[in-house]
Amino acid sequence: MSSHDGPQEGSYTTNEMMTVAASRQLRDGIVCFVGIGLPSQAANLARATHAPNCVLVYESGTIGAKPEVLPHSIGDGVLAEHADSVVPVPEIFAYWLQTGRVDIGFLGAAQIDRFANINTTVIGSYEDPKVRLPGAGGAPEIAASAKEVMVVMPQTARAFVEELAFVTSAGYLDGGDTREQLGYLGAGPTVVITDLGILKPDPETKELTLTDLHPGTSVEQAREATGWDLRVADDPGTTDPPTEEELRVLRDLRERTEAANEEMRVLDDLLDRTRAAKE
Amino acid sequence: MDKIIGLREAVAESINDGDTVALEGFTHLIPFAAAHEIIRQERKDLTLIRMTPDLIYDQMIGMGCADKLIFSWGGNPGVGSLHRFRDAVENGWPQPLELEEHSHAGMASRYVAGASNLPFAVLRGYVGTDLPKVTDTIAPITCPFTGEELMAVPALRPDVAVVHAQQADPSGNVALWGIVGIQRETILSARRSIVTVEEVVDELAPHPHQIVLPSVAVDAIAVVPGGAYPSYAHDYYPRDNAFYEAWDPIGRDRETFSGWMERHVLGTEDFAEHLESIMEEEVSRR
Repeated sequence: MSSHDGPQEGSYTTNEMMTVAASRQLRDGIVCFVGIGLPSQAANLARATHAPNCVLVYESGTIGAKPEVLPHSIGDGVLAEHADSVVPVPEIFAYWLQTGRVDIGFLGAAQIDRFANINTTVIGSYEDPKVRLPGAGGAPEIAASAKEVMVVMPQTARAFVEELAFVTSAGYLDGGDTREQLGYLGAGPTVVITDLGILKPDPETKELTLTDLHPGTSVEQAREATGWDLRVADDPGTTDPPTEEELRVLRDLRERTEAANEEMRVLDDLLDRTRAAKE
Repeated sequence: MDKIIGLREAVAESINDGDTVALEGFTHLIPFAAAHEIIRQERKDLTLIRMTPDLIYDQMIGMGCADKLIFSWGGNPGVGSLHRFRDAVENGWPQPLELEEHSHAGMASRYVAGASNLPFAVLRGYVGTDLPKVTDTIAPITCPFTGEELMAVPALRPDVAVVHAQQADPSGNVALWGIVGIQRETILSARRSIVTVEEVVDELAPHPHQIVLPSVAVDAIAVVPGGAYPSYAHDYYPRDNAFYEAWDPIGRDRETFSGWMERHVLGTEDFAEHLESIMEEEVSRR
């Protein structure tokens, strides 16, 4: 059974199901360009379970990052600590992403449409926005040049919208072959993982189609959480629930991250140092 | 030798009202001490350039230092919104903020072009997105050799670049290591440069992934231990994630923000006093 509240014994949250389902998409040995937040949790869960040899790339320039705790930002020190290499930011985009050396990009988003275009820029008009969101970051070029893209985000009618306020990163544009005409290296978003299920683009129209439901969720729920008339596969599958191992590793990762953050007394230590330097 | 001066003097000499200023550091080595000094000296009408505005520009924008921002991702990393940035864009407080918005790849290419004395850079990007519709510094270009369509973005040539690094040596060579971000390109693209460092050492030692900025590329160096706090300096102190969390309610409210800046930045002489001042407040909360 799933629950929106905290985990009970033998149960798991919808957020945990989403993270686990996303982590399973990462095959061992591949090069994965990781966005912060949910994508980073999923990628690190994969590395700690079935994909120990995947190469995690962060836009801060870390290649082959092996963080022991989850990074808070895209450029935490733990990412550089045990990385295979650390390169300047222009290189990560020009030499690594733009050349097709990245197998899969893991992205989150504020809004997505039926052709998996994503918006992280504004809600409302650009000139007079209702909500100003952070903006593009590395996403437009990840969406363009990673061989494939996975999007991870909770499914709600406010996020899965009929029309995006702004296209920050291109999915399949207007569907069909409109993306192909752009001549990008990458195939585009091949899978969208939500807290309710899994969506994949139709091979022809490229419209997102609900192919799998997580245990305990229904087609009705997915339809209600989608701002357009959601296409559903004829016989949608059911995601395997998280295994004990997956849950144990994910929770351990989160607990260790929290404990490490709580233990830190950055300012105390820094002041000891600066006061000593003064004397 | 004479490059190593005080931060107050470095800012006073190098940064003028109306300048285009880039304070860089990708999550790591963000030059907070230098930004505070710019705020204390009440610089106005700056065009601020930075890939990830972070708390450093949230503070400068909220204090009215800037009328334009050139950027690619304006959030509080790992937390959410930059509320002062949002208030400026959404409500024009404390003054309207013109935006010139790019992607990370575009910004990185622009710095490289600036550092290379080229008028523009080309990249495979932006096509199919709405960014070219709102940003007039993105334009299509045809390759003269293959006929391929690419995107062009103009070079960034800041009046002043400001970065923080771990070390300098007495002749003014600067070493930074860990995540090296866009600092080298920023320094080399700018007309003038200020570097704050954790310490001056007799001789720079090798470190993994280290970059050394030769002294000829640097105009002024100021020693400011802890000068990147609450971001971090690899091998010196870690990122204070708790501060980034705590900033959310401070930045969210205009009065709370102004009070905080008044007390901890304008009301302090320098960054060492600033750190003592926020420590005092933290202790009183414990």
